[in-house]
Amino acid sequence: MGHLSSDNRARAKAIVACYPQRRSALIPLCHLAQAQDGWLSEEAMEDIAGLVGCTPAEVRGTATFYDMLHTEPVGRHVVTVCTNIACMLAGAYEVLDHAEASLKISVGQTTEDGEFTLEEAECLAGCDNAPCVQVNHRFFGPLDADGFDALIEDLRSGRLADTVPPHGILSRVDRNVGLPARAHRLGTVAGKQSGAATGAVPE
Amino acid sequence: MSKTASVHSLRTRFAVAEDLEAPAAVSVTVDGRVVEARKGELIIEAAERAGIFIPRFCYHPRMKSVGMCRMCLVEVSGPRGASLQPACFVEVADGQEVFTESDAARKAQEGVLEFLLLNHPLDCPVCDKGGECPLQDQAVSHGPGESRFVEEKRHWAKPIEIGPLVLLDRERCIQCARCTRFAEEVAGEPFIDFAERGDRIEVAIFPGEPFRSYFGGNTVQICPVGALTATPYRFKSRPWDLEQVETTCTTCSVGCRMVAQSSAGALVRYLGVDSEPVNQSWLCDRGRFGFEAVEAPERLNKPLVRSETRLVESTWNQALTAVADRILQTLDGSGPAAVGVIGGSRLANEDAYAWVRLVKGVIGTDNFDAQLGDGLPAELVASLPRATIEETVAAGTVIVLAGDLREELPVLHLRLRQAAANDGLRIIDCAPVATGLEQVATWLPYRPGEAAELARTLVATESGDRVVIVLGRPSLAEPPAEIAAAAAVFAAAWPSARFLSALRRANVHGAIDLGCAPGMLPGRVTLEEAGAFFGEHWGSVPGARGLDTAGMLAAAASGEIKMLVLLGADPLSDFPDRDLAVRALERVDFLVTVDTAPNPSSRLADVVLPAAGYAERGGSTTNLEGRVTRLAAKVMPPGVSRADWVIATELSDRLGAQLGFESLDGIWAEIEKLAPAHSGCTVEALAAPEAADGIVIPLKPSAVQLTRRPLRLDPIATPGIDSVSEQGAPLGAGAAMSPGVEPDVDVRADEDDFADDEFADEEGPGELEALEDEVSPEDVSVPVGNRRPGLVRFAPGDWTGSGSLPPVDESPFRLVVRRGLYNHGTLVQSAGSLAPLAGSQELRLSPQEMSQLGVAPGDEVRVSTPRGELVVAAVGDGGVPSGVALLQFNAVPAHETGASALIDCSVRVVGLDVEKVI
Amino acid sequence: MITRAPRIVTSRVELPDSFTLERYLATGGYEGLRKALSMTPAEVAAEVNKASLLGRGGAGFPAGRKWSMLRRAATTYLVVNGDESEPATFKDHMLIEHDPHQIIEGTAIAAYATGVELAFIYCRGEFALGFERLQQACNEAYEHGALGADVLGSGYGLDIVVHPGAGAYICGEETALLESLEGKRGFPRIKPPFFPAAVGLYGEPTVVNNVETVSNLPWIVSHGGDAFTALGEGSSRGTRLFALSGRVARPGWFEIEMSKTTFRDLIYDPSLGAGIPDGKSLRAFIPGGVSSPWFGPEQLDLGLDQDAVGQAGSMLGSGSVVVMDSDTCPVRAAWRIARFFHRESCGQCTPCREGSGWIEKIMHRLEQGLGREEDIELVLDACDNVSPGLGWPPKQTTICVLGPSIPSAIVSVAKLFRDELLVHVKDGVCPFPPDKVRRG
Ligand SMILES: Cc1cc2nc3c(=O)[nH]c(=O)nc-3n(C[C@H](O)[C@H](O)[C@H](O)COP(=O)(O)O)c2cc1C
Ligand code: SF4
Ligand code: FES
Repeated sequence: MGHLSSDNRARAKAIVACYPQRRSALIPLCHLAQAQDGWLSEEAMEDIAGLVGCTPAEVRGTATFYDMLHTEPVGRHVVTVCTNIACMLAGAYEVLDHAEASLKISVGQTTEDGEFTLEEAECLAGCDNAPCVQVNHRFFGPLDADGFDALIEDLRSGRLADTVPPHGILSRVDRNVGLPARAHRLGTVAGKQSGAATGAVPE
Repeated sequence: MSKTASVHSLRTRFAVAEDLEAPAAVSVTVDGRVVEARKGELIIEAAERAGIFIPRFCYHPRMKSVGMCRMCLVEVSGPRGASLQPACFVEVADGQEVFTESDAARKAQEGVLEFLLLNHPLDCPVCDKGGECPLQDQAVSHGPGESRFVEEKRHWAKPIEIGPLVLLDRERCIQCARCTRFAEEVAGEPFIDFAERGDRIEVAIFPGEPFRSYFGGNTVQICPVGALTATPYRFKSRPWDLEQVETTCTTCSVGCRMVAQSSAGALVRYLGVDSEPVNQSWLCDRGRFGFEAVEAPERLNKPLVRSETRLVESTWNQALTAVADRILQTLDGSGPAAVGVIGGSRLANEDAYAWVRLVKGVIGTDNFDAQLGDGLPAELVASLPRATIEETVAAGTVIVLAGDLREELPVLHLRLRQAAANDGLRIIDCAPVATGLEQVATWLPYRPGEAAELARTLVATESGDRVVIVLGRPSLAEPPAEIAAAAAVFAAAWPSARFLSALRRANVHGAIDLGCAPGMLPGRVTLEEAGAFFGEHWGSVPGARGLDTAGMLAAAASGEIKMLVLLGADPLSDFPDRDLAVRALERVDFLVTVDTAPNPSSRLADVVLPAAGYAERGGSTTNLEGRVTRLAAKVMPPGVSRADWVIATELSDRLGAQLGFESLDGIWAEIEKLAPAHSGCTVEALAAPEAADGIVIPLKPSAVQLTRRPLRLDPIATPGIDSVSEQGAPLGAGAAMSPGVEPDVDVRADEDDFADDEFADEEGPGELEALEDEVSPEDVSVPVGNRRPGLVRFAPGDWTGSGSLPPVDESPFRLVVRRGLYNHGTLVQSAGSLAPLAGSQELRLSPQEMSQLGVAPGDEVRVSTPRGELVVAAVGDGGVPSGVALLQFNAVPAHETGASALIDCSVRVVGLDVEKVI
Repeated sequence: MITRAPRIVTSRVELPDSFTLERYLATGGYEGLRKALSMTPAEVAAEVNKASLLGRGGAGFPAGRKWSMLRRAATTYLVVNGDESEPATFKDHMLIEHDPHQIIEGTAIAAYATGVELAFIYCRGEFALGFERLQQACNEAYEHGALGADVLGSGYGLDIVVHPGAGAYICGEETALLESLEGKRGFPRIKPPFFPAAVGLYGEPTVVNNVETVSNLPWIVSHGGDAFTALGEGSSRGTRLFALSGRVARPGWFEIEMSKTTFRDLIYDPSLGAGIPDGKSLRAFIPGGVSSPWFGPEQLDLGLDQDAVGQAGSMLGSGSVVVMDSDTCPVRAAWRIARFFHRESCGQCTPCREGSGWIEKIMHRLEQGLGREEDIELVLDACDNVSPGLGWPPKQTTICVLGPSIPSAIVSVAKLFRDELLVHVKDGVCPFPPDKVRRG
């Protein structure tokens, strides 16, 4: 049973096997669940609790500490505008105001068609391209109002499908080589993990 | 009894544990005062011992420090000058200087308080914690005065239910992590956790998965603000309207120390007291909220006498006369063996002694059993070398051969779990079905009826070094003789092993110790050995050994016993073999019930005598360690109910024998004088402040260690208690203290070392001669030449089990029946908040066997034994091995058929057939 | 004058395929590790010690010294801190995306030198592409034999696990990072008594090094510690990555020799920041991440030198310099920084959890012109309750130094721009364009 697909379950087990203690896999598995569903559902958290050996309350308590883990559904594209100092000095609040007006939502909301969720972020370490925006954690910038609209248009039309994968940072590349060194020392077999889809890095 | 003599004996017999056992290793200066401290001690603790209170919120003496709230910041000298450090986290260091009231420290403390109050609602007048709130108190003592915060406060939706009895108001929470740490670290149930980050942090449960803990009430007790409240107390009272008294919980035999608080003559709250050797401030919810049963409207308040088919209200005179007449008539017609008394563990020690003297000394029958077929043979319990809880958690290995301790003895479970999880105690859990110790213990499953075989395997493979065996009843469908046989295997193979009894009923150990068991007399002695001694003092004792409860019920069912007295007992609900209980109670000529509340058995009675209940009478109680502590009365018993000892005394009067008891202390003085195991444990000793945590009997030969409670300035460790003593009536107010007790006896530490060895070279019980020599002649007026009898001795050969197993099981399953904490018994059901927590009946099977039977979870199955059958829902449970099926005892209301309908208490294994109901 | 120093950590990052194994090997990759493996671990550590490489994560502690403090134990761990979240810092981000193999090689060298057999690279979750590249590089390194049971045929075995964060600034703090790596909330641990070198990941001794710190190691081992110390001055040796942002013509990262270069060079040199655009002048700059106190034009000629900046009352911190021009409202900038700390406080310590929100609120009303004159003293006193004395280096009432970082910007404004603050109060409106900040 469980909420994760059997493929993702296998990936989850491979991730758990990377750590000396199961609980360490908690955050990676939350990312994995988001890659599957777009957000972190209660069912997924219960599943993860079982996989890492803690209670669902602990999974939720941990996950909600982190900004990237969404315990409520979000749109297909999570658009994050950084407004921290460097981006603010480059006009980030103006971009954010424009984003609210053009998407007709406020920060924290999702468009009615489920396409976009708008977020305001702290510094994303893209200050050389300020104002900096992320979509599903892929970087864009510098952006002004027009650039923002063009970006939204590209996303709607699917032109950026290759650059901007669906949710989750774990959706494309897996650890596909096991931990032979330690496995060797511990006398266990880890080898290549099955179910690990190796995606190519873009570019 | 002369006071000087007793003071003398106290001085020589008791040693008070000093707070600092080892010589001081570290010397620090706190606010200019030199303080000797233990290495590794925290500054906050060392300062407290020196009488300097450092404000705090997150620090709790019974949990690991987290240093989060920053309220305890003090200036501490270091290599690079003084810096602000959390006193709850920094350990003392030699030569360290600490300033708790320097300008920097004061400013930091005021700053933290101002920050805490920024978002804290100012609803003290409607907050349950108002008047006993550490935040309120410390805001006055260490706060800045006026708030400079003009903004709107943080808002949260109003209280949310995080557990069945616990509500959380997140606006009041100050994020101290006490509740979440309790859940994780102490209870091992991390079902509440912080969620979110920064000032959005909230204490939260997982949606749909409440903090369903047996210990949730503790989070309410330790919450330093009014964020967590318990539904049974909410809006009931204010500290300044409360009176309180320290007493012992008798919901089970752990005997947690607690205070009972009342308002306008009614009990409104119990709070755990930090008793080092026992409960370390924790209580289980059944004990904590059990006060509702005391206040239940259905309590008996008048004697009832059967007239035709109905019980009608009567007077004490009529009711007692009716009982006395019937006793005399039965004695005349059939002799003393035709009278039987079942029960006694609800009683205080003094009550139990009075009844034993009435039943064995006056009526002359030995048919008396405090246990209801759900315990162990009294001689075994009384004779096995005992361990205390402290010795158990400090043991090398603990073998648990008992029911699910979390369900039966919750705070003992907590102590064992903590020791295993945090201190590496090794626990081997011998249980036919997995228990609440699963996560911290090695589980050795055994098939019901084969406990002794398992014991033989264990003694062959384990070293037996520093072993304590926790001994109870793993299953009510497995006869006590099997467990006794297993105990004998351990005791024979491992002479140094100790036992901790896991009999669960309130004062069952006190009752056994005082002779409420066939073949036993007061002081852990046998009728055989001590008959002559007691005969001399009492006038007479029974001529022959009597029957236990199973025997009495069988004799009643066959007409040999004509009169039964149920002394706080309800065999129809509590005897494992219901069929036998029904036959007995229906057949017996005359049935008397002495109880606090009506129950299924009392409805069949001819006379019902209303007894004063818990918190309505004083006396003492004995816990599973043999620890005697004092009970306190706080409220009046309902109607004309009387204490059990008074009932016994009056009944005796009507039988023409004067027991001569006039007070509880008078009875205890006689116990101390005559009962060998109680020798030396005087009224004065029990009443001394140093004995607040009780005295373990029998006394050790050299000196007895008492635990002096550490000086606590900490109003936050137990918030509700200190504020009531400050603002309400003093501790003990309204308690029915016995006259003539001088609680301020001067008890000094004994110069001699006393037995600090836990295991090896301590003399076993039964060797109290050395002790007696120390007793001055005034203390004991035992006739010369009539020395007290020795304690009952353990002889492994007496315990061989109940016979051989059937070579082949005739049924596919063996039945296991265990108790749950919340059930359909009278106590839980008359406590309004607890009653709904009793689950429903279900049969637990291994998941594989569920599917083999084609049964889906929740499907109804018919289960049958030679005794009876039952239709219940089946549930798969990975903790149930194949070939075994688990039912809970008293899982249905008394009028419905439950597990007891399936049990034949005379067979070694109850075989069970299961089939799907189509 | 800008010195011609070698590119130590950025030698290949501008090549389009810089992140691939092929390019890495073609540009001398894994040679430093090979050389290290031919030495004893102690020799490698000695070389790094000789280089006096200062940690690049913010605290600036010498890497060699940190290694030598590792408690001896059967199991030890190395954790590489790639959680870069200090506002306006983006150099680790660049290294992770463009030279992941260099990080892996540096990690392997550090692990070998400290006797570690399992290392973790904690990569900030928002660096999704960087995480993929690190993961991919890790896979390739195993296949190449640079990781695994027998690293480059030396008999030494090493595993590296790339671990994603999930969005929390505080997880850059090393003990919060360890908690996070253990699958928990990122609550920093109290130290003293136990620093990670004694009790770290899973309770075992642990070295935590920054991504840029370890990226220096292949070069140091290949070229020798002396070659590194030949660059820079005093305690600040080698080159360092500086992240320049804000109101400058050419925002970006620059690898420059330490000490020898000044803030003026960094901001104005045409090959670096190229000055302030639109003819505006410099009002102030933040020398080392938003946790550091601000500098005004008077400090422009300070060298990019850890000690010099420290003596001047601030820090080089994470190596990020933010430029504010004459159009920049310093009150707004300080408010935005307060807002950052408010949102990122982990919530353990009362002063940080509650103080950060209160301070943000007061700064917000001051910025909007809704403040009272006494609010200036109020906010400074609230800051004082978080960091007593408001001095530098800051004193703390909290578990970690996020708390005491909160006052830096506010104290800077109160000190450098009190007049501007008073104008806000008196005029009831922000005098700088654009005319208001809507969010609070
Ligand atoms: C609030 C806070 C945030 C930090 N963030 C980072 C960070 O993002 N990256 C980093 O390498 N170090 C960060 N540090 C410093 C680390 O705690 C640690 O000192 C560093 O990773 C050690 O590496 P180094 O010695 O190589 O510099 C931060 C410290 C604090 C107090
Ligand atoms: S100072 Fe702030 S961020 Fe650091 S531990 Fe305390 S609350 Fe968390
Ligand atoms: S930090 Fe010491 S009591 Fe909370």
